[in-house]
Amino acid sequence: MSVDKETVKKIANLSRIAVTEAEADALVPELNNILGWVEQLSEVDCSKVEPMTAVIPNKLRLRDDVVTDGNIRDKVIANAPAAEHGFFGVPKVIE
Amino acid sequence: MAEIFEMGIADIRSGVASGDFTAKEVAETFIARVSAAKSLNAVLVETPDHALAAAEATDKAKAAGETLGKMAGVPIGMKDLFCTEGVATTAGSLILEGFTPQYESTVSSNLFKAGAGMLGKLNMDQFAMGSSNETSAFGNVISPWRRNDGGNTDLAPGGSSGGSAAVVSGRICPAATGTDTGGSIRQPAAFVGITGFKPTYGRCSRWGTIAFASSLDQAGPMAHDVRDCAIMLEAMAGFDPKDSTSLELPVPEWEAGLKSDLAGKRIGIPKEYRVDNMPSEIDALWQQGIEWLKDAGAKIVDVSLPHTKYALPAYYIIAPAEASSNLARYDGVRYGMRDLPDGAGLQDMYAATREAGFGPEVKRRIMIGTYVLSAGYYDAYYTQAQKVRTLISQNFDKTWESCDLLLTPTAPSAAFGLGEKSDDPLAMYLNDVFTVPSSLAGLPAISVPAGLDGQGLPLGLQIIGKALDEQSVFNAGLALEERAGFVAKPEQWW
Repeated sequence: MSVDKETVKKIANLSRIAVTEAEADALVPELNNILGWVEQLSEVDCSKVEPMTAVIPNKLRLRDDVVTDGNIRDKVIANAPAAEHGFFGVPKVIE
Repeated sequence: MAEIFEMGIADIRSGVASGDFTAKEVAETFIARVSAAKSLNAVLVETPDHALAAAEATDKAKAAGETLGKMAGVPIGMKDLFCTEGVATTAGSLILEGFTPQYESTVSSNLFKAGAGMLGKLNMDQFAMGSSNETSAFGNVISPWRRNDGGNTDLAPGGSSGGSAAVVSGRICPAATGTDTGGSIRQPAAFVGITGFKPTYGRCSRWGTIAFASSLDQAGPMAHDVRDCAIMLEAMAGFDPKDSTSLELPVPEWEAGLKSDLAGKRIGIPKEYRVDNMPSEIDALWQQGIEWLKDAGAKIVDVSLPHTKYALPAYYIIAPAEASSNLARYDGVRYGMRDLPDGAGLQDMYAATREAGFGPEVKRRIMIGTYVLSAGYYDAYYTQAQKVRTLISQNFDKTWESCDLLLTPTAPSAAFGLGEKSDDPLAMYLNDVFTVPSSLAGLPAISVPAGLDGQGLPLGLQIIGKALDEQSVFNAGLALEERAGFVAKPEQWW
């Protein structure tokens, strides 16, 4: 499988990374080089193998359903590039 | 007595405890070393006040006759991947410029509770993606080492924990934290002649460590020798309910358990690690390592890990896939950089911010990760890679039927010059050929400095152990260390 320029632009959009035409051109061979190399995995017979889910056997713990955190609004927004009145600020999303 | 700046964790701790010098003297010594090493570009933020405050607390505790912590009086360097409360944290990326964590990572918090102070935040490959520290947005780290050809070519300290490697080998910090996703502790440790340890996945909490690939990321110590790594890992590790993959197990006393007699241990030599184009010096060192371990009483057995060659390609699907998901959080809304072009909407702001904030290697991996997870390709790439990961893990399990530990080289070459490999991502990825398989299987591993090549540059040997058997890994590392007698240090030119 290999990617063309349109696919690169689609991936960039899904990744929310702006790319120029020139960058998209440059990314085509770069990504194809990497994808061509990982392609070798297809030669491994995995028909009887389960995909790995946990590298070290471990069980997800449950805890009591109680509030253990919170009331730190100012800390949560302390690093926001734009915050007002205790909220994150974003550009207008509804016309 | 050696100069304080030459000392590692054990010597500093015992010197402080016995009153040969104060923790304050130690902190001041290393603060001056950090301040004088700016040309290496290894430290992004210097935190002398933190180191001094911790030293003062240690000196006070000692005066009051209190029991001192495992790291009492030892100032360390902190890889910039660990969130440190009130101290800028960037992961080597512009997208986090200006980010000041409001909380402390569990690993750094554990170290501070054990009495360590912090000398500064250390430069690294951006989001830990790299093997030479050249992907940092804040410039290359220059290795303290130089070739013995009389030239002054700047060498890579390895990566991603390149700043950590540089400060420990340059005796600028007595020890430093590292993180290892595919070899980011072990390969830089090998490049600069220090010891680096990656514990079993889940030993160290990932909470507050900026995420790259969550199923692989593990913190670990980078220090002068095996004993120092054991002490520091005891302080770093431990169960943390805030990390769902943290292992709910007590932390063993690895330092107390150190023993270089390997009688009864079987060491496997995996034939698949004999790769093409490996420098003969590395092969010779590997043979030497076999002799050293035999001398320590171990039995050597030939073993096979048949899927080894597929580890790197599987890693370069799994790690980018997890990264593409983890790095979705950098959106210009909650923290870090925002790029808002005139008249841009929310989606445009995301794309512009991420375009401006991420470096080329990070973008490349996010896009590869996005692609292999996208509809129509998920099974062919991601599911297949996770199946291969299962096979790689099963290879190790099978091997443990005939041996207890594995001995391999740490990296396929000595340190290379900055710029020599940065044009070819695939060539750079091959640096991790010996470290990635154990990362994929979550196993503990150590790199021990074992010799110099013809250029006068350090080479490392790696010991890989069974899950949770850090003690055997430390012990075999110690056996190598005692026999290698590695004492070479970079000459100070900076």
